[in-house]
Amino acid sequence: MDLGALFGNLNNFLDFTVGGLVFGAIYALIALGYTMVYGVLQLINFAHSEVFMYGTFAVAWTFILLHGTGDASWSLGRALPILLVALVAAMLMSAAIALLLERVAYRPLINKNAPKLIALISAIGASFALAEAMGLRDRFASWVHLDHKLANYVAPDKARDVYSNPVSIQPHGLFHLGGYEVTDVDVVVIVAALAMMFALDMFVRRTRFGRGIRAVAQDPESAALMGVNSTRVVQVTFLVGGLMAGAAATLYMMKIGSTRQNAGFILGVKAFTAAVMGGIGNLRGALLGGLLLGVMENWGSAVFGSEWKDVVAFVLLVLILLVRPSGLLGEALGKARA
Amino acid sequence: MIRSKKSLRGFAALVGVAALTLSACGSSNDNNKTSSGSSGSSKSSLCGKNIAFLGALTGDAGALGQNMVNGINLALKEYTGKHADCKIGLKTFDSQGSADKAPALATQIINDDSIFGLVGPGFSGESLATGKTFFQAGLPSISPSATNVTITQQGWTTWHRVIGNDDAQGSSDAKYLTTTVGAKKIYVIDDGQDYSKGLAGKVKSELGSAAIGSDQISKGQTDMSAVVTKVKAAGADAVFYGGYYTEAGLLAKQLRQGGFKGTFMSGDGAEDPNFVKVAGAQAANGALLSAPAGPAPSGFAASGLYATQAYDATNIFLAALDAGKTSAKDINSFIGSYTGTGASGPIAFDDKGDIKQSTIYVYKVANGQLDVNNPEAIK
Repeated sequence: MDLGALFGNLNNFLDFTVGGLVFGAIYALIALGYTMVYGVLQLINFAHSEVFMYGTFAVAWTFILLHGTGDASWSLGRALPILLVALVAAMLMSAAIALLLERVAYRPLINKNAPKLIALISAIGASFALAEAMGLRDRFASWVHLDHKLANYVAPDKARDVYSNPVSIQPHGLFHLGGYEVTDVDVVVIVAALAMMFALDMFVRRTRFGRGIRAVAQDPESAALMGVNSTRVVQVTFLVGGLMAGAAATLYMMKIGSTRQNAGFILGVKAFTAAVMGGIGNLRGALLGGLLLGVMENWGSAVFGSEWKDVVAFVLLVLILLVRPSGLLGEALGKARA
Repeated sequence: MIRSKKSLRGFAALVGVAALTLSACGSSNDNNKTSSGSSGSSKSSLCGKNIAFLGALTGDAGALGQNMVNGINLALKEYTGKHADCKIGLKTFDSQGSADKAPALATQIINDDSIFGLVGPGFSGESLATGKTFFQAGLPSISPSATNVTITQQGWTTWHRVIGNDDAQGSSDAKYLTTTVGAKKIYVIDDGQDYSKGLAGKVKSELGSAAIGSDQISKGQTDMSAVVTKVKAAGADAVFYGGYYTEAGLLAKQLRQGGFKGTFMSGDGAEDPNFVKVAGAQAANGALLSAPAGPAPSGFAASGLYATQAYDATNIFLAALDAGKTSAKDINSFIGSYTGTGASGPIAFDDKGDIKQSTIYVYKVANGQLDVNNPEAIK
């Protein structure tokens, strides 16, 4: 244990903290998808990690389509036009996958009033199917003899290997916070995450659809009697979760730059943890949980060594749940006041 | 090199369904009859029998196994050119680099009476999984590419390799960092896997007081910000990373983005063009990636990493044939006392089966490209 590494020097302390906040913002955006679906259906959508993963591929494909495969290092400003297109593509892709999930893996079960556990298993199955489908994309392309035409996208024989955005975005320092040089990429990641979180919060609290979501979350049967189309509400919930995952995927690709067919798994586990930590079913809790998890991971890495960072994060989760079993802000989506 | 077994396993299982069973055959070329017996040696009773190859021919690392088979076939072709009356064949066994698949193939190999020697196994995981089987059957083997240190510590006297092990690489890398690069404060990082810990641990112990800190990330980790902060806080002027290209690339990228200006070095697990893709051209430039294999000598007719080692391994078996050895025991002791110079460099084995003298090469990334043709030998 090395407390000095974290607290011995204010610069290092800020460095660890800001680094954690940036990644925590990405956790938070993914956590929204878990928390929304849980709030409405009391169901953990384990396939949400794949919704995110498809978004990261959409970003890389957009860059390959608009830029080509030549390796390049661009500043954020130069990459911005393509990034915005990639953001739209990723949000569309993730939303489409989320809607597909709802249609194929959930709605048939919900219509038959199946127990929640069955839906959970269906979610895990869908998660595997989606991840493996991405890992076999070269095979699908070869069935229709497009594998050579689409070689840059399907990566023949390398479909399961790491897949990089050809344009790596070179951050530029804006100002120093202690020893940490806060870059334009960091600022965009955090601001975008906060802005999206705020917009979603407004959507749920202020709009007609938001009221429908809250109504279904509180009492699906009464909501149906009052004329709320609960199928539509569930669809919108998945759609919104998918859009947020697509945005998270764009931010992730901006910061990290490469992905692979199983990239969603670890991030999904972390985002789910963040959602539970903040109080699953609570939007603001997802934000708090995400940022807290990101920061605690970095502090844990500093004090105990990086190999302990997951241990620190999960011990923290256990402690929080012992004291507050419903999470830090354990208020359900349905109880949120308008 | 140990390729990551875990990620390979899933892939191997999938490929297994669709993969073709590669049945390779020795280059049987009857044209050689016209160049009648140039050699005067009497015909060995092993003529018409086979050398086996065990390693990945399909799957993630399939290209490496194909390189080795090219090297073996070249050696066999040259041999047939000189000994028209004695044809040695090649039987290939595709393990896809998997330690799970290799044992069943090892059983096939030892039960095949036509096989008198093995070039392989390709990777360390499969070597550890099959070594005992081959040792008990007494089949002599020479691996062109398995580098894990512990393989030759098992007491398998039939097991040899014509490539430097991870310890040799680790000490050369440490020497290169301190003398050639001139680094004084080196931060050592690994990803916790067997290969990575072995290599990074050796570098760290060789560096002694020049290693100012160490940390361990995990496989699949993408956010390196905590490690980057530690490296910067320690004031390191070089980083050595033991691990594979994905995490190595991400680490190099985030170190540069975090303002680290020193040297980034890693081992053969990261020596892959994908390292540059993941890190991005700008962050990858200047990176040093070591490997226990150099480029082929000019005019060498088989290309690719490990082709020269496989060629040399095959030639040692053929030399045993020429020396009139026929029993497995005789061939094994012939290999143990063999000295010669192959395409990959001078070859002689110590009593554990490790190559006595091996050269480690440093490959450099410049102008956004991994220069695979002009590595620098570490002296």
